[in-house]
Amino acid sequence: MKRDQIPGFEATQKKGWLLAHKWLLLRRASQLGILGLFLLGPWFGIWLVKGNLNASLTLDVLPLTDPYILLQSIFAGHAIETTALLGGVIVLVFYLLVGGRAYCAWVCPVNIITDAAQWLRQRLKITGSSGLSRKTRYWLLGLSLPLSFVTGSIVWEVINPVSMLHRGLIFGMGLAWLIVLAVFLLDFLVSKRAWCSHLCPVGAFYSLLGHTSLLRVRADNREQCDDCMDCFMVCPEQQVIRPALKAVNGAGPVIMSANCTNCGRCIDVCAKDVFHFGLRANNSCEHINCGADSKTEPPRTESTDNNSHSSKINPITSRAEVL
Amino acid sequence: MTTPARKQDRPNPSRRKFLLDSARAAGTASLLALGVGVYSRQSVALPADAIRPPGALDEKDFLGACVRCGLCVRDCPYDTLKLATFGEEVATGTPYFTAREIPCEMCEDIPCVKACPTGALDPQLENIDDARMGLAVLIDEENCLNFQGLRCDVCYRICPLIDKAITLEMKHNVRSGMHALFIPTVHSDACTGCGKCERACVLETTAIRVMPYALAKGELGHHYRWGWKEKKRAGESLVTPDIEHKYNLPAGQSYDYEGEGLIINDAGDSAAPAQAPGDSPFSSNPLDTLNSNALNAGRKSREDR
Repeated sequence: MKRDQIPGFEATQKKGWLLAHKWLLLRRASQLGILGLFLLGPWFGIWLVKGNLNASLTLDVLPLTDPYILLQSIFAGHAIETTALLGGVIVLVFYLLVGGRAYCAWVCPVNIITDAAQWLRQRLKITGSSGLSRKTRYWLLGLSLPLSFVTGSIVWEVINPVSMLHRGLIFGMGLAWLIVLAVFLLDFLVSKRAWCSHLCPVGAFYSLLGHTSLLRVRADNREQCDDCMDCFMVCPEQQVIRPALKAVNGAGPVIMSANCTNCGRCIDVCAKDVFHFGLRANNSCEHINCGADSKTEPPRTESTDNNSHSSKINPITSRAEVL
Repeated sequence: MTTPARKQDRPNPSRRKFLLDSARAAGTASLLALGVGVYSRQSVALPADAIRPPGALDEKDFLGACVRCGLCVRDCPYDTLKLATFGEEVATGTPYFTAREIPCEMCEDIPCVKACPTGALDPQLENIDDARMGLAVLIDEENCLNFQGLRCDVCYRICPLIDKAITLEMKHNVRSGMHALFIPTVHSDACTGCGKCERACVLETTAIRVMPYALAKGELGHHYRWGWKEKKRAGESLVTPDIEHKYNLPAGQSYDYEGEGLIINDAGDSAAPAQAPGDSPFSSNPLDTLNSNALNAGRKSREDR
């Protein structure tokens, strides 16, 4: 890939490297920082946070528990103690406010692996896809609960790469790196963004918490968009951008999809500063200038929008699919 | 010619795409879930040398309750507990310990149970002596030094519940003919399965091991009754009345059944119950005995040879 074809090249030219990677750097700092907090104990004996992402105790007072794991435990028939329930409620409320899938972009360690795979994939111009559906994760999420009921165990934990990697780094990997390698190879060579955006039921669960999120990416300057496609190329859930950016069916400028991970990479790579973080308020078409082309856009809903081939040729999606 | 009904039959590309997409998603997810489900069933069996922390629920319930967070591991002051890693036989991420490496020190405040946020380690366990992590079994009598008549006693001495969980039971040493064997004997009503005996065993490979209850304990037929217990409870024999056993012993000797055993009374001790002549099954005339059929038959066969 030539340098000027790399998404964000124009933004880097215009804003400088640091500003064109601002949210990416903050995100990596957050992911590694959270991991670091967990590692302070075992590495340096500073026990600020104990446990792992499944359940933890911060400063010996604040319990946090993964609500998806609790849900599986309930389906497995266990009456959970108050500490874990309280921890689950705290996590639940937090992600209801900041967007469920912010977990994926700002906390989950597997995101670093799959982002690396995608980066390599883009550099080596590996195209094509095995045609996984983005809905697969919801089926997996749905199946994991009755499966927990039938087996009486927290079933997704037997392979969950998120806890395998995070727990592995803190408590010892064993052969868990094989699972991490498998996820990397899947995303790198088999199918674009396969794990995080198509298969992972943990992300699917958190996306269910994303509908009420106050914190959103907004495309308030969408009339500035010059269709450079950079945001689509970097977005792990590229179907979420279009309604807000192109005012599909008169949609407002706020990216309302629950699958937006609030990663902010679109903000970074946009040379025109179309995007910014904001609240979900004032999401009406009257509020700002809706694109004149909004009435001619074919109606597309998120549920049918995936990276498989679309019969409708649209300049935006068709180019995004290739990349 | 098209009727409205035929119009409806015409495939709708977006509907078809939606259905195909859904079917594909469901298929992929089912495949993955099938694998995960089968794999999770396989990982239910806990290897015999992996011991769960005190208060752990039964293995099947434990796997539905433990969120694999490792907080019990962190609060264990002796680094006894560890989390299973992927590839081990123990369910990935769940806590266990290996007694031969580091046994449970049976902390009085049970910090591992206090640390558990979900109740996979039962918070109702308040006295560590009530923990039942497993049951020690002296599994190799052929190599246990005490079974050979030596006084190793290490498992007995190290036991935190000495004389309750492990006792030394005296037996006759047939090999030497004159010494005693002190047999370490585990009692399941007191043994917590802490594994200190297994850790302390002086052999290259331990002769005493903590085993899961399912492997260590037999189970009586549910209709079985111990006659002597039932008799004690009822105050009398529940079947035909016992006939007191008669011993035929030389004069001056008696036998105390369920008691002292053979009692040799000093000659002239008037308190000794002398054997009444009428009690003997034998005739007072020794010739009667010598002429009995059984003895004659025995002599005859000897003469034939």
